Amino acid sequence: MTETDHPDSVPPAAEAEAGTAPPGADAPGEVLVSVADLTKHYGAIRAVDGISFEVRRGDVLGFLGPNGAGKTTAMKMITGFLEPDRGSITVAGIDVAADRLAVSRRIGYLPEDAPAYGEMTVEAFLGFIGEARELEAAEEAIERVLETAHLRSVRGQTIETLSKGYKRRVGLAQALIHDPDVLILDEPTDGLDPNQKAVVQDLISSLSSDRCIVLSTHILDEAERVCNRAVILSEGRILVDSTPSALVTQAPGHNAVRFRVTEGDPADVAETLAAADWCAGARVLPGGEVEAEPRDGENRLNDVLAAVGEHRIADVRVREGRLDELFRDVTRGVAA
Amino acid sequence: MSALARRFTGMRAVLRREFRGYFASPLGYIFIVIFLIASGYLMVSRDFGRFLELREANLDALFSYLPWIFVVLVPAVAMRLWAEERRSGTVELLLTLPITLEGSYLGKFLAGWAFLAVSVFLTWPAVFQVARLGDPDWGAIFASYVATLLAAAVLLAIGLFFSALSKNQVVAFILAVAASVGFLLIGVPQTQEFVGKWFGGYVERVVSSLSLLDHFEALTRGLLQLNSLLFFVLFTVGWLVCGMLVLGQTKTN
Repeated sequence: MTETDHPDSVPPAAEAEAGTAPPGADAPGEVLVSVADLTKHYGAIRAVDGISFEVRRGDVLGFLGPNGAGKTTAMKMITGFLEPDRGSITVAGIDVAADRLAVSRRIGYLPEDAPAYGEMTVEAFLGFIGEARELEAAEEAIERVLETAHLRSVRGQTIETLSKGYKRRVGLAQALIHDPDVLILDEPTDGLDPNQKAVVQDLISSLSSDRCIVLSTHILDEAERVCNRAVILSEGRILVDSTPSALVTQAPGHNAVRFRVTEGDPADVAETLAAADWCAGARVLPGGEVEAEPRDGENRLNDVLAAVGEHRIADVRVREGRLDELFRDVTRGVAA
Repeated sequence: MSALARRFTGMRAVLRREFRGYFASPLGYIFIVIFLIASGYLMVSRDFGRFLELREANLDALFSYLPWIFVVLVPAVAMRLWAEERRSGTVELLLTLPITLEGSYLGKFLAGWAFLAVSVFLTWPAVFQVARLGDPDWGAIFASYVATLLAAAVLLAIGLFFSALSKNQVVAFILAVAASVGFLLIGVPQTQEFVGKWFGGYVERVVSSLSLLDHFEALTRGLLQLNSLLFFVLFTVGWLVCGMLVLGQTKTN
């Protein structure tokens, strides 16, 4: 009843290329999650403060932000677990406040820390979820998600005996059992070791093509790996809504040129570079290397080479911006 | 789907999961063994039931002590039902499935009640013995089982309320035991005498009409009186509704 009437959905890859264009501009997938002016207070604390955004089929939206930024609260409201103080949420065209049950049938949700009934076996737990969701072909659905989440080998084990990585995958399997249009994943890789992280990230990437995924994370590499949109939240407000690749170019130090001076005084070179009008600043790093940062974020390698003159340099690299620097830059402004 | 059925969406799945849960851990078996030993002991003990001394073909010796056993054991059955969900965070999973708060609450209640019913019916050897030794009043025995199940329902609803109130199972257990004991103590003669002396006969009659023990005894005598049946039903429903309201507030803490 869902996909057939939307022949115009576009593969997500097209959107990932969008660069600096507004997110979703050239990907007319249907809007699956729409949030307007969402606000929630806990006593005097404003956990979520008037956020609005839309997520389309094919989108993987990453919620980034420091702890306490309101990511989890926003997700709890989208799933209908928490009621907002103000604002509206529609999921697949259904108003969450009006019909939470109908919305819950369209959403797969992985709450923070992937809670599950520890005394149950993986199979029994998925059986319960299937029963609660009134699945007609529950057996097939369980087999399918056991396969997708690579859980075949532990199907008969009780969940409390599993490692964190397996537990997280049980949580993902549970969220996928009814093949939902919308996946809400709260910190799906938090606390996992690097190998487990990679497995879960690959899994998420493989799920993204024909649905929409909203995930929260404070690992910025993860946003770059799996998301085609990134929203930075801080103190309940949206500070940035862009794509990870566009964010990288906005990061401080993007396209900074770094090199080693083999003949001559590094301090002289840095001084010359700093005087150029394209240059935002140049300095000698503790290791003896020189770094020059462009004012406009453009690649200024040629200007650097011209300015160096008769000094001999080596190991020249143009650095990419780093999301964590942008993140610190943006969120510090709010905290101050 | 009718509006009422919709309100209790998901009840069946929760009921089945919770009922199986009692037998998936040692808790259920330990409970049954303790319950049967305690009820059997109180039935034949010279200080309590005196079943062997009385030489009567009835089961008053068994049933009259069951509410006092329930005061401790029913909170043990109820304590984990919500406290554990909230402590481990699974309440968030549960209530974002197509399951309503009312459906899950009632499902847990019915699962606990069904488990208590299984335990109570495991006292059948006592019935068997009475039938072998004499000619018992089958109506009274049937009514006593009904009364026992109704008393279990009220105490379970109280236990479930405190389980929804506290994240800590031990706290939920202690509060439920305290409330249940209070509920039973209203009915003992000493309390009623005290109330009658200080507040007069009218208040005494009101307090007496709230006594679980009085209604329980009335039913076990074989009289399925409407007012006693209503007492159990209304109190059970009342505690369940209060528990649902509390859970609506506490689920997110």
